[in-house]
Amino acid sequence: MLNCGRWVLFHEQEEKYLWRGGNKTCPRWFTLVCVSQESLSSGTFEQLAMPHFDRLYNFACWLTHDRQEAEDLVQETYAKALKGFSSFQPGTNFRAWIYRILRNAFLTSRTGLQATATVPLDLDGEAEALPTAKETPESILLQRSDLQLVQKAMEQLPVAYREVLLLCEVEEMSYQEISATLSIPIGTVMSRLSRARQALRVAVREKQGSQPKA
Amino acid sequence: MACDRWIEKLDAYLDGELPASEARALSEHLRGCSACAAESLSRLQQKRTVQTAGQRFTPDPAFRVRIQESIAARPSARRSWFRLPVLATAMALVVVITLFFALNRSRRSEQQLVSELADLHVATLASSNPVDVVSSDRHTVKPWFAGRIPFTFNLPELQDSPFVLVGAKVSYLNQAPGAELIFRVRQHQISVFIFQERAVGNLQTRDSVQTALSFNVRSWSLNGLRYFVIGDASAQDLDKLSDLMKAAG
Repeated sequence: MLNCGRWVLFHEQEEKYLWRGGNKTCPRWFTLVCVSQESLSSGTFEQLAMPHFDRLYNFACWLTHDRQEAEDLVQETYAKALKGFSSFQPGTNFRAWIYRILRNAFLTSRTGLQATATVPLDLDGEAEALPTAKETPESILLQRSDLQLVQKAMEQLPVAYREVLLLCEVEEMSYQEISATLSIPIGTVMSRLSRARQALRVAVREKQGSQPKA
Repeated sequence: MACDRWIEKLDAYLDGELPASEARALSEHLRGCSACAAESLSRLQQKRTVQTAGQRFTPDPAFRVRIQESIAARPSARRSWFRLPVLATAMALVVVITLFFALNRSRRSEQQLVSELADLHVATLASSNPVDVVSSDRHTVKPWFAGRIPFTFNLPELQDSPFVLVGAKVSYLNQAPGAELIFRVRQHQISVFIFQERAVGNLQTRDSVQTALSFNVRSWSLNGLRYFVIGDASAQDLDKLSDLMKAAG
């Protein structure tokens, strides 16, 4: 396949797979076929985008804290992604691309603006030396029974920490992908992630402390 | 503390982002350092817990269907939206170009024909022997053509008109014989040419009014014959003669 911007040149054999419902059998295998990216996108957008649906929705819920708002966000994301699919460069990371669309849509939404307005100023500074000596696995016992507690703690994290944690732990994105999704350098991804984890640890510990012992 | 530089790298290590050589060195260290091993275990546990805790919300199946429909319906609409105008434009373009050339060609050949008729008319005017049969009587002229041309035609009654039949001769257009009738109105001479349609070729059969070399030309088809009226008389005279000829059929 040879991509020249708006148009894509295909080997005719490839074309058979890429055109939906294309059952053309042409013996000339070496003919190049010019296919508009728009017509190509109709066949592949759904195939590329739908596998991310459940996780995008989950991510949207974590960002918005509201199911209805999350639905609207996901809907907007799919509409925007479909509309802008011709600008998506085939061969680049689709997941990072569609997450970036969702995140940008969130940031410009009312909830997003409110969330980012209350963010502490120094999010990405060097993480302070961790109080490792004071912590033992027991002190931050994050077991299944504590799941709700952890979820509460995550909910209360600033959105910048929450999203980086979700992308890393839940979406299992590489630092490179997170960097592409959030449009920040890898160094910032690492420091933000480190601070987010630390903040979560602190929040969980606080919650554990305030919980009445069973 | 010596372990600090290892702890710094612990997150990247657990995230699988540490280069292989450093990862090896760190895992070597973890085997020997219980504090770092404990910290590593704690962070791994946190990682796992967040992973589980993070997978919290499941979309409504109806919502999934809605999204799927919205992106499945739009591309097909988009595709037909995209292709239909292209096809339509292409087809319209072909039609327009074909029409343009066809019209142009027929107009060109029509002009060619008219200028040829003008030449014939001028040649008749210039000739010292302009007509082969000199008669103002239509009952003389019409039979005279019998056997000379492969068709017959009717001549109008000119008694109450300003036109006078001067005479007639056999004329040729595209190697086909036809009749040329010469009329006079005041001092103007008008030629009426009658040819078979097939001699004229597949010209458009609509009636036409035009000028060639400043001569007025009227043309129409009737009963498989093509009539041309050409002369330097006024347009009204030509129209009047044309009407007389048409009425005679």
